[in-house]
Amino acid sequence: MIGGSLAMNERKIEETNIPLIDLIDIYKIYKTGNIEVRANDGINLQIFHGEFVAIVGKSGSGKSTIMNIIGALDVPTEGRYILKGQDVSKMKDDELAEVRNKTIGFIFQQYNLLTKQNLLENVELPLLYAGVGKKERKRLAMDALERVGIGEKSKNFPNQLSGGQQQRGSIARALVGNPSLILADEPTGALDSKTSREVLDFLQELNAEGNTIILITHDRTIAEEAKRVVKIHDGKIVFDGPVEDYRKQVK
Amino acid sequence: MNISQAFKLAGKSIIGSKMRSFLTMLGMIIGVASVIILVGLVQGVTDYVLSTFADLGTNIITVSVTNTDTRYVDVDEIYEFTEENSTIFQGVTPTVSSRYTVKNGSTSLTDKTVTGVGEDYLTLNSLDLSSGRFIEYADIKNRYNGCVIGTYIEDELFVGNASLGNTIKINGQIYTIIGIQEEQADSEESSKDDCIYIPYSNATRLAGSSDISSYTFAMKDPDYVVQGEDVLDKYLYGIMKNEDLYTITSMTELLDTVNNMTNILSSVLSGIAGISLLVAGIGIMNIMLVSVVERTKEIGIRKALGAKRRDIMSQFVIEAAAISTIGGIIGIIIGIVTTNILGNAFNVNAAPTISAIMLSFGVSAAIGIGFGYMPANKAAKLNPIDALRND
Repeated sequence: MIGGSLAMNERKIEETNIPLIDLIDIYKIYKTGNIEVRANDGINLQIFHGEFVAIVGKSGSGKSTIMNIIGALDVPTEGRYILKGQDVSKMKDDELAEVRNKTIGFIFQQYNLLTKQNLLENVELPLLYAGVGKKERKRLAMDALERVGIGEKSKNFPNQLSGGQQQRGSIARALVGNPSLILADEPTGALDSKTSREVLDFLQELNAEGNTIILITHDRTIAEEAKRVVKIHDGKIVFDGPVEDYRKQVK
Repeated sequence: MNISQAFKLAGKSIIGSKMRSFLTMLGMIIGVASVIILVGLVQGVTDYVLSTFADLGTNIITVSVTNTDTRYVDVDEIYEFTEENSTIFQGVTPTVSSRYTVKNGSTSLTDKTVTGVGEDYLTLNSLDLSSGRFIEYADIKNRYNGCVIGTYIEDELFVGNASLGNTIKINGQIYTIIGIQEEQADSEESSKDDCIYIPYSNATRLAGSSDISSYTFAMKDPDYVVQGEDVLDKYLYGIMKNEDLYTITSMTELLDTVNNMTNILSSVLSGIAGISLLVAGIGIMNIMLVSVVERTKEIGIRKALGAKRRDIMSQFVIEAAAISTIGGIIGIIIGIVTTNILGNAFNVNAAPTISAIMLSFGVSAAIGIGFGYMPANKAAKLNPIDALRND
C-alpha cells in the first residue's frame, strides 16, 4: 500500500504544472419567471494536484452550486470547466457519469450508502459501473475498507453501523476507484466532534499521501483544516489564499 | 454493469418487498392463467362439437339430380365415375327415398320413409347390423324383396322382437327381413332407428319411375369434401349442362359455420382475458413508478457514482420484466392445471394449447418490458443533484 501511494505521489507531482481543476468564468443562472438568480456569478478557480482546498460559504452563497459543477453533477450556464484536461462544461449526462466514475470520489454529509446493500457491495458500486470484474471488485473494495479501518464490517448493512463507521464506508467508496479528486461535502456535518476529528484527520492523511481533496463546508473551523481556503459569497469568490491568511482575515 | 448484475439487483429488489411483488404479479398470474384456461376450454368444446358433427357424416356429399329425357345420369356411370376418382371417394350409393305404409299383419305404420340403397350404404355411413346381413349386389340385380329395418320399426311392428325371415308389407308388397340395424338413438321415432332399407332397384320400381335422383358419396377423408364437390360439379355439369338440374350439398358449410362461431367465441374470450393482461401491465407500471419515486435517492447515489442512463434503465426494466415473467410462469402453471381440472369436471377434452401458452408468456414478458420502460426511463433521466437532495 505504501509503495503504491509513493508511486501515486510521483505521478501526481509530475502533473502539478497543469491544474487538475480549471474553472474559467463560471456562471450558473437559474431563471424562475422573470427573476434571475446567479448562483455562481463569474467564478475563476484553479486547483492543482495534491492540494487540500476548503470551499467555505454560508448556505445560499453558491458553494453547493460550485461543488456540483466541480463534481460533474451539473454543468455551468456559461464558462468553461477543464477537469484533468477535459472540458466538462458541455458534456452530456452519460459523459458526466463517466467523468464522475473515473475521476471523482464523493464523500457526502449523509454518507449516502445504499441501505439494502452491505458495506462491501456499497464500496464496490463505483467499480461496478466502471466495469471492473467481480473478483477484482471485491478485492479492491476490501482493500479500501481495510484502509479506512472497518474491514471487519464488510458484511454489515449501513443501518447496523455507527455514523462514523458509515462515513468511513463512504470514504472507502470514494477511494476505491483511485480518483484524481476527492470531493467531500460537509463530511462531518452529521457526526459528533470526536468522530468529526477522526474523519478530518483521515482526510489530512489522504492529502499527505498525495490525494487532491476539496472540502465543502459552511463551518470556518472545519475550513481551517485545509491548506487553502476559498470563500464564496453571493456566487463570487471573496477570498482565496493559504489557510494562514484566512485565519488572519477572519480575526 | 452487465446483465447478470442487473438480474441480481432485480431479484434483490423483488425479494426485498415480497408482498408488493406478489400483489403486482397476481394481476399477471390471473391474466395469463385465464387466457390459457379460456382458450383451452373453448378448444375442448370446439373439438367436442366438431366430433359430434363428424358422427353425422362430415365426409358425406349428397347429390340430387333432376333427370330429363335427353340428359340423365345413369347409375352405372356414377359407379364408374366414383371408381375413376377413387383417390377422393371412398364409395357411392344411390338413395331413393319415398314414404309408404308398412304393415306386419294388422299392425301398420303409415308414412314411413323407405330408402332404396346400394350395397355400400352401410359401410359408407358407418352403420352396423345387430343381426343378419345388408343388401348385396345380387339383391339389387335380382330385385330381391329383402329389407333391413331399424329398431324403431322392429319395436312398432314386432313389439321389439323381430327375427330374420319375418316378412312385412311395404306398399302392399311382401318383403323379407334380412337384417336388423343396431340401435343408435334409443329407438325413437324419426331418429336414425326409424328406417327401412331396400335395394335401390326395387325402390325405383316402387316409386313408379326408373330414375335415381339422389346419390350419397363418401370421401376418404373429411378434408376431401371441397375437392369432391369440385370434381362432382364438373362431372355433372358435363352431363346436365345446366346448374339448375342438380344440387351438391355437404356438411362443410355447416362445419365452417361451427368453426367460425367457435373461433369468434375463442377470440372474444381470450380478448377479455387479454384485457386483464393489459390491466396487469398497468399495475406493474404503477408499482414501478412508485418504486422509482421511492428510490429517487438510490438512483441519485448510483448516478453520482457513475451509473449511466442505460445502467439505471436496465435495472428497472429488468425488474419489471422479472416481475411479469415470474407472474407469467406461475400463471402458466396454474392455467395448465386448472384447464385439466375444469376439462375433467365438464367432461370436455380441454387441453392447454401451446400457442396460448406461448402467446400469454410472450405478452406477459412484453408487457413487463413495455410497461417497465416508462418508469425506467423516468428513473434514468433523473438529475443526480435533485435525486441526491431527495430524502
